[in-house]
Amino acid sequence: MSELRFTEDHEWLRAEADGSVTVGITAFAQNALGDVVFVQLPELQNYDKGAEAATVESVKAASGVYMPLDGEVIEVNPALDSSPELVNEDPLGEGWFFRFIPADAAAVAQLLDQDAYDRLIKANADA
Amino acid sequence: MSTEQLLQTPLHALHLELGARMVPFAGYDMPVQYPLGVMKEHLHTREQAGLFDVSHMGQIRLVGANAAKALEALVPVDIIDLPVGMQRYAMFTNDQGGILDDLMVANLGNDELFLVVNAACKDQDLAHLRKHLGDQCTVQPLFEERALLALQGPAAVKVLERLAPEVAKMTFMQFASVKLLGVDCYVSRSGYTGEDGFEISVPAASTEALARRLLAEPEVAAIGLGARDSLRLEAGLCLYGHDMNTETSPIEASLLWAISKARRADGARAGGFPGAATVFNQQQQGVARKRVGLLPQERTPVREDADIVDEAGTTIGRVCSGGFGPTLGGPVAMGYLDAAHTALDTPVWAIVRGKRVAMKVSKMPFVPQRYYRG
Repeated sequence: MSELRFTEDHEWLRAEADGSVTVGITAFAQNALGDVVFVQLPELQNYDKGAEAATVESVKAASGVYMPLDGEVIEVNPALDSSPELVNEDPLGEGWFFRFIPADAAAVAQLLDQDAYDRLIKANADA
Repeated sequence: MSTEQLLQTPLHALHLELGARMVPFAGYDMPVQYPLGVMKEHLHTREQAGLFDVSHMGQIRLVGANAAKALEALVPVDIIDLPVGMQRYAMFTNDQGGILDDLMVANLGNDELFLVVNAACKDQDLAHLRKHLGDQCTVQPLFEERALLALQGPAAVKVLERLAPEVAKMTFMQFASVKLLGVDCYVSRSGYTGEDGFEISVPAASTEALARRLLAEPEVAAIGLGARDSLRLEAGLCLYGHDMNTETSPIEASLLWAISKARRADGARAGGFPGAATVFNQQQQGVARKRVGLLPQERTPVREDADIVDEAGTTIGRVCSGGFGPTLGGPVAMGYLDAAHTALDTPVWAIVRGKRVAMKVSKMPFVPQRYYRG
């Protein structure tokens, strides 16, 4: 399954063939944040859903990136240390944040799909 | 706060047309950034020229033969000998020597002074001036009738001289009445970025035409408050309410340079401003804490209100402004530290999300100022 899932906190998730899940922030999120200058990536350890796993710093402010599901972080994107601007330039690709093994593999499919996320963005824009 | 309650500058419609992201600031709906983004806006200003709408700031005219003498009773600055056509940085102090606001004062000649004060303080400043000066000179707020533009950056002079050749001869902190597009404006060679540039006081009704004309010049981009903040931070310039307030004196804020020689303890017109005894005492005895520059030694930005500790973990201060400096290419901050730790290159640590970030006490400005001094 390669289709993306989303959280209400504007993270995207992609289930990989090896059972891990890749996480990043959406194009909407990076645009709202502005120029990203630093990303504090998570430790390789278990996090509970909702825990602040990473922090993304734009020129103006720091924002938390929350663990979308219970799980263990197994890899972080080393390129973000030297090139945090990848989050702006390629949020769904080279700007990924980390990979984790979800405690419940089926939980990923319960998150927002593309249509539901697009509706969320539209509702935000209309608010 | 809903946008209905916010005030608008004369350029509000232009900001929206340019695609600005608007935020509430000091009661105004202001552009924090344009589609270019804070980083590129900042770099553009240092490389070419940026146009800032700072019309939210308060412009006040003082008129009368006693205006300069009267204003000296509120600021530790030489106003009486401020030459016609010159501007000076000043601050209003309170009876404890704390800072009520910082401001620019220009001498227009003909017994007229022209003040620019901070947006968030302007009503309070006006009341302060009326209370203490009202019987000695006319205090005339220009809040609605005039807007303020800042044109900043190394190309600012060649842009503005296309409209008024005489501005090229002005030097840093000079102030002049200049016709721009046929409209009487006040132009000062000053700003809040550390770059050469101008601030232009223009009648509200003529502001949009002037802004559009300046933006049509190839060197000029519209710059929002986000880049204004990172530019002034790299230049080591204080932001009122953050880097100084009623609880900090000019000495603690490292603004001794702004206290004119004539007004110092050994000066020709020593004291005579609110809190003078406290300020002089601090100058002679030293202060317990002081504002210093801080350079994080890691990539992590250190923001306002972060605690600062020494090697043993004892809290020794607090960050008052901090963020990322696009020209420096790294994080930059300033903070108040216990005096024992304020020597250059002293290693200190900020606490960011529960972790220590190594910093070093550093000289300011963080990037060289490039004012035009002739």
